Amino acid sequence: MKIITKWLRAYLPQLAVDDAQLAEDLTLRGIAVEGIFSLGEGNGSVYEMDITTNRVDAMNHYGIAREAAAIYGLVLPALHFALPAPKPAAKPFSVQIEAQDACGRFTARVLRGVKIGESRDWFAGGEVASYFALLQQKTISNAVDATNYVWLAMGQPTHVFDLDKLEGGIIVRRARKGERLKTLDGVERALFEDDLVVADHKKAVGLAGVMGGWDTMITPETRNVLVEAAWFDPMAVRQTARRHGLHTDASHRFERGADFDAPPVASALVSAILLANSGWIEGELVDVRVAALEERTARRNPIALQLSEVDRILGATEDEEGITAATVETILTSLGCGLASQPPAMGQTFGQDLWLVTLPSWRLDLEREIDLIEEVARVYGYNRFASTLPAFGGGVRSLPWAEKETAVRAVLLAAGLHEAIGSSFCSAAEAALTAPQPGQVVPLGNPLSEEADVLRPSLVPGMLAMIAGNLNRDVGDVRLFELGTVFAGTTEKVEERMALAVGAVGSLPEQSALHPARQIEFYDVKGVVEQLLDRFELRAVYFDRFPREAGITPGWLHPYRAARAVADGVTVGWFGQLDPREATARKIKGAVLVGELYLDRVFKSALRKPVAHEISRYQPVHRDFSLVLNEGVAWERIDRALSDLHIPELVDWRVREVFRDARLGEGEYALLVGTTFQAQDRTLREEELQRFQARVVEAVGKAGARLRV
Amino acid sequence: MTNEAIPDLMAFDDAGLDEAFGGLERRARVEATFISNVADVEKFRLEWLGRKQGRLNEVSSRWLKAAPPEAKKALGLRFNALKEFVEGLLDAALGGGPSDSALKAEAIDITLPGSRRLTGAEHPITRTMNEIVAVFAALGYSVGVGPEVETDFYNFESMNFPHGHPARDTQDTLVVAGQERRPVRDRLLLRTHTSPVQMRTMELVPPPVRIVIPGKVHRNDAADATHSPIFHQVEGLCVDHNIAFSDLKGTLDHAMKALFGSAVKTRFFPSFFPFTEPSADVQISCIFCGGKGCRKCKQSGWIELLGCGMVDPAVFAFAAEKQPAYDARQISGFAFGMGVERIAMMKYGISEIGQFFAGDMRFLGQFA
Repeated sequence: MKIITKWLRAYLPQLAVDDAQLAEDLTLRGIAVEGIFSLGEGNGSVYEMDITTNRVDAMNHYGIAREAAAIYGLVLPALHFALPAPKPAAKPFSVQIEAQDACGRFTARVLRGVKIGESRDWFAGGEVASYFALLQQKTISNAVDATNYVWLAMGQPTHVFDLDKLEGGIIVRRARKGERLKTLDGVERALFEDDLVVADHKKAVGLAGVMGGWDTMITPETRNVLVEAAWFDPMAVRQTARRHGLHTDASHRFERGADFDAPPVASALVSAILLANSGWIEGELVDVRVAALEERTARRNPIALQLSEVDRILGATEDEEGITAATVETILTSLGCGLASQPPAMGQTFGQDLWLVTLPSWRLDLEREIDLIEEVARVYGYNRFASTLPAFGGGVRSLPWAEKETAVRAVLLAAGLHEAIGSSFCSAAEAALTAPQPGQVVPLGNPLSEEADVLRPSLVPGMLAMIAGNLNRDVGDVRLFELGTVFAGTTEKVEERMALAVGAVGSLPEQSALHPARQIEFYDVKGVVEQLLDRFELRAVYFDRFPREAGITPGWLHPYRAARAVADGVTVGWFGQLDPREATARKIKGAVLVGELYLDRVFKSALRKPVAHEISRYQPVHRDFSLVLNEGVAWERIDRALSDLHIPELVDWRVREVFRDARLGEGEYALLVGTTFQAQDRTLREEELQRFQARVVEAVGKAGARLRV
Repeated sequence: MTNEAIPDLMAFDDAGLDEAFGGLERRARVEATFISNVADVEKFRLEWLGRKQGRLNEVSSRWLKAAPPEAKKALGLRFNALKEFVEGLLDAALGGGPSDSALKAEAIDITLPGSRRLTGAEHPITRTMNEIVAVFAALGYSVGVGPEVETDFYNFESMNFPHGHPARDTQDTLVVAGQERRPVRDRLLLRTHTSPVQMRTMELVPPPVRIVIPGKVHRNDAADATHSPIFHQVEGLCVDHNIAFSDLKGTLDHAMKALFGSAVKTRFFPSFFPFTEPSADVQISCIFCGGKGCRKCKQSGWIELLGCGMVDPAVFAFAAEKQPAYDARQISGFAFGMGVERIAMMKYGISEIGQFFAGDMRFLGQFA
């Protein structure tokens, strides 16, 4: 919204500060001036305003003059326009308010003999043309300019009808079933039965408080005019405007609460501008009011305000005196409130400064004591309050899983994965592919796009999108993880869980001038998963896979390069190579590794507490075994066979090498297994070692391996 | 060849032995000082310790053999001492390892870049959020979180956005499908702010409360350089007896100094939020120009950073339905909320909010 200071100052001629100072003082009191632009010598400035939605009363020139008056303690003259005396009317123009719940006040003034044309100066100064020029607002015709002027001057919407097109008097009522109205925007509208309309005795002639009707609008031929200035209920206007997808200046104001007392002034101002060309007033202003709505707005019950409450809420000021009764009275009075001192209630000892405050008709946002306290703080100036720190004696709790999340993040960061945050949404097709619980996908009612129309059931779609994004930008080494919420359940009850996704393609997180980079492979991701699960107090962790036919492996994974991670009997995640067909569909080249862990399940376990074991002082002995196995025999069998030996002195065994070559038999491969024997209490003797070795050979033999000779 | 160095030994008494062995020792010491390379070392070794013609061999064969039996023991002791002395000189010359020239042959180009084991980078949002949370934890705030899918009640109604109120329009909301038939307060939506966790916290815990709530929020906003449908907030709530507006000012002034440096100044402007009253916007003096005015602060010297205010009594009234101790006549409190992206963008000089959510390795790698 734009405000020109020339207009503003016309209402408050005593204003002594310059435009820049005024802008700053207004801003510090919540009437934010976002920009000031000079309009040249003698023309003042234009302010670009950003006024919060609760302060519709200040979204106009007079409203801001009111704020300025309060800030500087000046007296703002009331708006008043001397109109010529009316010629008598045969009978008053008929106005009926049928919708008594939705229209609080309707004023109608009949003007005859007007001439529609260019706006003339309507009193000394030529405000319409000159102000509009400064605001870069086009002048259109005196009828349109008049209502625009009143809107900009005092924020009261008004409407002018071609009186000769009205059939009978005005009735404010709800729309009838099947009723139609062509509005000023040229749109022919079917009205809803709940719509509030301004009608004559035959038809609707306007959507009340939103937009006037086409058929009764002012034309160059119009000679007789009816000026409408009214007060409509916020909710009624809001609903009407919403149903028709309309948002107008008028609806904006009425929805947020207009000034019940403004219509007669606004009507006079519109009339004055129109009559400047020619014409006369017929009859007195017709002013119909609904008492119940007037009591709810302009004549609200006063609010009790207590100085001690002001102190309790606002606290210390930098000025030692603090906020005194006199300060409160000055501020609220300047804003248009009336303050009456109240005797203390029975038994109250501190009720010295208790007021009953009557509220100005233009401030419907003031309803409670706290609203008045805010006004006091605002006009007094927020920055004049002291900075204090409250005392506190309570304990501090962190999130129960904060430590676990930190531990997980530490493992991932150390593994060289960057943390990413992906979209919370994905397409229904991606959701169907990746949802861990099939069918439990929650759609949005108003999605951002078709590609983002459901809540993500998995972090995998987002991870794949980020990987593809990197590859598209020619970033070939991608190592990412995301910790985030995934969604399941139904539209009735949405469940949220914490998940982790990892995704990688390209080379390992090593950068060396001398050694060639190695490509990330399945086992690198598996290592990260193992390390991560190692941080938790889990008794049994294993990895397995299923044949494609079992239908257990998620569809996004390569069926023969995917692993399920199981911890203490619970599936905690899946990882492996992205199914190359999915990769192709996403135009991803190269073997992408991707996985998802269900952290809510992992976090059910405590973090592992490190325990120190005695380090043996005796020499360890290393023995390597070269084994030949059938392709069908997985390492896990050998691993388990060694584990089942339960030889305390067999302290470590690991795969040193896996190889396949022509010298092996058909469908065979070889493993080099390194073992370490060590005792806590003695140096191992050769005979013992021989015995252990024999047992190892026997065990791996039973597991399906033979020694390579 | 070395015979002239080994005189015949004439006297086998102590003085004679002293003189003879002392002479050899001095000589060995002097010769050792001339050792400068591997060849010299070898020459010295051969001259003194060589099996056939070494001087010590000579001494042994000529002096020991010629010695009378009663002098043999003393001579033997002195001989061993000399041998140790010479061996010591040789060890010193060898330096316990290869020579300089041998080392020179092993020279490498130390200007080649070091091999790096790259570590991952925490997301700048996580990092910023943790920093903010840590500042408030030090002020006695516990940490809380809440669901990302909320009910209309928690997101709006209990935060004093009545149904059909225009204030709701300012927060374009993403809603879960199929809610039309449900009672308004139960309708599910993606929370538009972290404020609903204020209510969830108060319903669970009676005052005093000090809690800071980091979290992800969503709005139906078209994406541009500064808007994203996904973003993060950190919310704070402090409720107790006699919590005043000046406490809010002091707390946030302290927090901003902790986050942006002690030179930062704060100022407070009246603002409007349905769930606080009085409400304020907080600006900090521009961290780029120190308040002088620059492009980043649009020459104003100030940067708007967060919204806050005293908890509205209407919000306490909702909390009091489950925890009667939230009686607005007895207690008071303040709440604040800040956009994490905005703070991170400022701290790290990021110009596009979309970069946070693109997973671009080049962008993320900068925060390692």
